[in-house]
Amino acid sequence: MAAESVVAAKSYTAAPRRGAVTRVLENERWFAFFLLLPTAVLLGLFMAYPFIKGVMLALSDAKVGVPGSFVGLQNFTALLNDSIFRTAVWNTIVYTAVTTVFKLALGLWLALLLNRHFRGKAVTRAFVLLPFIIPTVLSTFAWKWMFDPTFSVINWTLFHLGIIRTRINWLSDPGLALISVIIVNIWRGVPFYAISLLAGLQTVNPELAEAAAIDGARPWQRFRYITWPLLLPVTMVVVLFSVIQTFADFQLVYVLTGGGPANATQLFATYAYQIGVGTGLLGQGAAISLAMFPVLLVVVVVQLLYIRRVEIH
Amino acid sequence: MARVIIRSLNKKFDGVHAVKDVNLEIHDKEFVVLVGPSGCGKTTTLRMVAGLESITSGEILIGDRVVNELPPMDRDIAMVFQNYALYPHMSVYDNMAFGLKMRGFDRIEIANRVQVAAEILGIQEQLQRKPRQLSGGQRQRVALGRAIVRHPQVFLFDEPLSNLDAKLRIQMRVEIKKIHVRLGTTAIYVTHDQVEAMTLGDRVVVMKDGVVQQVGEPLELYNEPANRFVAGFIGSPAMNFATVEVANADGALWARHEGIRIKLPARIADRLRRYLGEKVTLGIRPEDLRVASSSDTADLSFDSVVEVIEKLGSEILLDVKVGPNTMVAAVEPTVKAKIHDRLRLALDPDRLYFFDGTSQAAI
Amino acid sequence: MIEGARWRRWVFFNLPLALFVIGLLFPFYWMMVTTVRPDAELYRPWMAPNYTPFWTLHPTLDHIRYLLDETLFSRWMLNTFFISVLATAISLFCGLLAGYALSRLKFPFAGSLGTGIFITYLVPQTLLFIPLADIIRNFRLGDTPWALILTYPTFLIPFCTWLLMGYFKAIPRELEECARIDGATRWQAMVYIVFPVAVPGILSAGIFAFTLSWNEFIYALVFLSSPEEKTVSVGITSELVRGDVFYWGSLMAGALLGSVPVALIYSLFVEYYVAGITGSIKG
Repeated sequence: MAAESVVAAKSYTAAPRRGAVTRVLENERWFAFFLLLPTAVLLGLFMAYPFIKGVMLALSDAKVGVPGSFVGLQNFTALLNDSIFRTAVWNTIVYTAVTTVFKLALGLWLALLLNRHFRGKAVTRAFVLLPFIIPTVLSTFAWKWMFDPTFSVINWTLFHLGIIRTRINWLSDPGLALISVIIVNIWRGVPFYAISLLAGLQTVNPELAEAAAIDGARPWQRFRYITWPLLLPVTMVVVLFSVIQTFADFQLVYVLTGGGPANATQLFATYAYQIGVGTGLLGQGAAISLAMFPVLLVVVVVQLLYIRRVEIH
Repeated sequence: MARVIIRSLNKKFDGVHAVKDVNLEIHDKEFVVLVGPSGCGKTTTLRMVAGLESITSGEILIGDRVVNELPPMDRDIAMVFQNYALYPHMSVYDNMAFGLKMRGFDRIEIANRVQVAAEILGIQEQLQRKPRQLSGGQRQRVALGRAIVRHPQVFLFDEPLSNLDAKLRIQMRVEIKKIHVRLGTTAIYVTHDQVEAMTLGDRVVVMKDGVVQQVGEPLELYNEPANRFVAGFIGSPAMNFATVEVANADGALWARHEGIRIKLPARIADRLRRYLGEKVTLGIRPEDLRVASSSDTADLSFDSVVEVIEKLGSEILLDVKVGPNTMVAAVEPTVKAKIHDRLRLALDPDRLYFFDGTSQAAI
Repeated sequence: MIEGARWRRWVFFNLPLALFVIGLLFPFYWMMVTTVRPDAELYRPWMAPNYTPFWTLHPTLDHIRYLLDETLFSRWMLNTFFISVLATAISLFCGLLAGYALSRLKFPFAGSLGTGIFITYLVPQTLLFIPLADIIRNFRLGDTPWALILTYPTFLIPFCTWLLMGYFKAIPRELEECARIDGATRWQAMVYIVFPVAVPGILSAGIFAFTLSWNEFIYALVFLSSPEEKTVSVGITSELVRGDVFYWGSLMAGALLGSVPVALIYSLFVEYYVAGITGSIKG
């Protein structure tokens, strides 16, 4: 009996009175608004506002501690005549292009190797991803030590393999420094490519390759006509991501060479840091950073258009 | 328990008029089935009743209360979805208890209700399992149980049996019917399967392109379809159609077409007189066709050529060619017919359907 | 799967794979060997006859001891941990709510906001660090952990949102519709039904965000100046390099120990990392 009365007391009324907050949150638009609010505040304060501020700085002659005044496009015209800036632009382009080609080729190769069945596959895959996981600055220090001309294990190996006769100044030779930096970037980037492409490969139905094999396709033809076209969408996205990251790279060069020797490895970001933070010329530095923007914008637009196209199909 | 009234209900999505001026009154304890081909607006109508879809215009009343602006949680309804929508991270028990917890029932009452529902559905053994450990039929039962425990005013079913295999579907259909008889809760059931509609519904609402075509009891729809669409949709195999001309000869009305020449009985002739000389659509159900015997008059039969024979056991379906038209005849299993045989088929003059050539409405 | 002679397997599979693995892992091995190598061996030129690159006969813990006793390394570890955990928590919170709204709710400009998030996701840190440094100074956040805790979300939120949107889209809409009919408010349906089902995605986003925070460098380098406020990456870079002098032993010890938390999480959640990578590049 007691239980029943409890039940009766708790019996549900058809339209419970709801608080004002609940009622507002039941409205889809208001609900969406409140869900997006924290993100909007944070991104507004620390992304949109800095962007505007960056444009204003780039149009001023501000220095650290000096607000500066409006100087129009003076900073940008100065950059056009700045030979170091031109070097940095060229270096960035070479750095991005060369590393992307190698990362894609090696990453794809590694992905194809990892896509096969072998013992210890899971462990191998886990280890292979390490360069991507470990903080870049820290692993780059290992490379810097490996590149040390006097104590270099790389030189020792090459010497004992009979490839070189004297020591190589990997990081202090202007001709070699950019190559060294490129090698480290490739080392760090290959795992990301490999794992992403491996995920792409795993979505390709193996029956397709088997059907092609039955149709008489050689392994290379199977890759060229079956696997590669199906992998292309993933590849596009991975490449675009990686291009943006590489184009705006900073830490690797900062640790290995600091942009030297004689600006041989100066990139957009390192040069912006050197001018904006090192020398304290905020306006100039902001201008160098923002000079990256058009290139990044093009990459982003290409990416968006590509995604749209894929979605439509 | 409550009645549901739908008044002049309309729904437009980005320019598509999905539901057009639907009016419907569902009585207390009634089991109403909305049936129609995909895209006919039946699911949208149901989702508007549930509160999952906003209403463009019109009114929905549940238990005499306008619910247009009421969020789903306050409508006191329960819904069973096509994909079951079981919460994958909760046990069967928690799935069934969720709605009660949200409404603040105490634990003893929740346990009682879940126990009762589990007994009704025979899933007591599965209460501590997760949905992924269940078979399709068991999942369906849990989804039903989740609706039952709530004691809602209205049950809504959105094609709940579509994901089951044929055998299980029939079994669950019976189960749903039993539950409705036992609980007597008002129910709205959406399906594209006319057999389900006919077997489950106290009344059936046939929809097409957002418009209600006909509302009626199952046999009413079968015997007196309001238009050609309903006639073709209800019944399996589907009704045969042929375009015929209404002609006057020998003091009687005839329906004529290549290969068909049928003398219309007086009762039908009266209705068709004003179509004299015009084209109308003739409808004959396959089960109303039989192989003619010598006693059948030529006026109520026609010649055909057998093209395909489907032996179903209880009956034989003959796909036959009548002039330019293809028709299906459901005949006795004893009939011996071979492909390419010429066969004379007789029809039942009282079971002929005629539809207006343009409006497609029944004549 | 692949037919052919045993030598083919060696040439086309075993050998290249082995070279890849050695090449990708050698720097870490080098880190470890250097960490325990005594200075006398460390600064022996490679031309020297007794140069032993791949092992040491006199392992020592001196470098680690120096790192822990003579530098602020443990302080940097704590700083990095504190900053990463908070930045991750904030980003997950915002990303969950925003990702849910953008993938599930209908509201004006939903599409353009989604695109906007995607674009901010692609903005590299090096684009905005100079004006951001100025703003941090104006907000009086310079040289405090909050400078990083509040700015890391600018690249973590878009990442989390994007990743989680993918997970939310894969959850059947009927689940939350059913919950709402069952009596849950929109908020409850989201928190009790959608979020628990998306736990793998949340885990992926969380550990990834943590890793990205731990690895971040340029903001930490620019916004922090006092040695006791620094993060691991910046601390090692600035405090273990004095002018041209590199304390290689301790540097490598720091690099090794500084990688441990990330490596540990990684080893526990490899599958979630892989899911995170593949989810993050999905369009």
